[in-house]
Amino acid sequence: MIVDRLNTAQRRIPAWTIYGLGLAHIVWLFWLGLSGGLGVEPISALEHMLGETGLKLLLVGLAITPLRRFAGINLIRFRRAVGLTAFVYITVHLLVWLFLDVQMLGEIWMAIVKRPYITIGMVGFLLMIPLAVTSNNLSLRKLGPGWRRLHRLTYIVVLLGALHFVMLAKGFQIEPLAYLVAALGLLATRPKWRGRSGPGLSRVSRG
Amino acid sequence: MAYRWKNDLTAQDVTPYDAFLNRRQIMAGIAGLGLGTIAGPLAAAGDELEPNSWEEITSYNNFYEFGTGKEDPAENAGALTISPWSVKIDGMVDRPGDYDFNDIMSKMTVEERIYRFRCVEAWSMVIPWNGFELADLLDLAGVQSGAKYVGFETALRPSEMPGLKYPVLDWPYVEGLRLDEALHPLTIMATGIYDKRIPRQNGAPLRLVVPWKYGYKSIKSVVRITLTDKQPVTSWNQVGPREYGFYSNVNPQVSHPRWSQASERKIGGGLFARRTPTLMFNGYEDDVAELYSGMDLAKHF
Repeated sequence: MIVDRLNTAQRRIPAWTIYGLGLAHIVWLFWLGLSGGLGVEPISALEHMLGETGLKLLLVGLAITPLRRFAGINLIRFRRAVGLTAFVYITVHLLVWLFLDVQMLGEIWMAIVKRPYITIGMVGFLLMIPLAVTSNNLSLRKLGPGWRRLHRLTYIVVLLGALHFVMLAKGFQIEPLAYLVAALGLLATRPKWRGRSGPGLSRVSRG
Repeated sequence: MAYRWKNDLTAQDVTPYDAFLNRRQIMAGIAGLGLGTIAGPLAAAGDELEPNSWEEITSYNNFYEFGTGKEDPAENAGALTISPWSVKIDGMVDRPGDYDFNDIMSKMTVEERIYRFRCVEAWSMVIPWNGFELADLLDLAGVQSGAKYVGFETALRPSEMPGLKYPVLDWPYVEGLRLDEALHPLTIMATGIYDKRIPRQNGAPLRLVVPWKYGYKSIKSVVRITLTDKQPVTSWNQVGPREYGFYSNVNPQVSHPRWSQASERKIGGGLFARRTPTLMFNGYEDDVAELYSGMDLAKHF
């Protein structure tokens, strides 16, 4: 069975590979930007590629549970690395926006307050911070069932990220809407995720 | 009618090599349009316009008929048939009809116009266009006295324009100007860049250039020009009336609802390019401000 073979194969890949690939890719993108490989307007190109890759990784992270439940493919080992790498991409995306794109401090605050797509993006980023900070075994133990509840914030983060992308498109464009549909689709595979505390997975399998 | 607006240094200048390099730079804020002054270097204290490179101008384009990515037009526009080409001029004109591109060119005086180009997305370029004044083309057809507006339309060729598959805009792309804007000497139909024929991704074989308005007003690959007494529908205004007005004059004080228009980044500065303040009417305030005297530009944006 292909699923069994996949599950066996993935055990041979250490989870830190994800961090390594992510960091190497980010460095590579900066190198391309410096050397002309991102075209004649490298700032926007870099900003967009970082943001889009971050959003993709968030979606991948969100796909891991349904992939196990519906296809039997178990990639749960990689989920923390995928989530944290998404956080790194989005942090660098934000830094590029701040320091290379907008540049002016006064403008930055105005943009966050006055431009809804930036407000939404910023809220999404801020919500990621507690998730990144608690993405370690110690926090997992300490927070107990609260950890799972806290990390349901991912669902909101992904929606805000996709919405941020949709809102900055000019005219009617398919690509950002495709991300939003993907995010909604993945969320739809998680019934009753508003629940109180208990371990979500077992609750779902019961109901 | 041609040569009503002058760059301070033009192709006519006989110049030694040092100065030849300067030919590609013109000074901002040339004073005295229509007052008969000959603008000299002293008339232009301040910023010099350094044209963008051919590669920059022809590889970073918004031409959604060929895709919404900036590189899509350069990649996909090759399929556009530009010969033969004709422009239908109709509506309130004395001599309506299909005007063959080559016939038009044989009657027009082509000049170099080095203009700022400011996109609504807050990036900018300086482009050495070659073209003729729109007023001269409209003279060919004879504008009737009741006409108040000019409508423009881009070619609609689904087999040659892959972007038309997507309903990004309500195709075909249409634009419009008030007649006095259309007749203004700054308003040209561009047919070349850097003395070469204009590439397809930039709007071959002829496109409008209105340098004091956001770039999307400068409609590309024009197949139809219609004189009317009613304000024509314009594509971006149609999809986002709150964001894109009929006038679309460059105005740093009026934000696009989603982003500021106070500053811009000139293409070509690399990863550490600085933003510069955007100028009222894109730096052509002395030339065009009087067209809008008495109008509330925050309302008629």
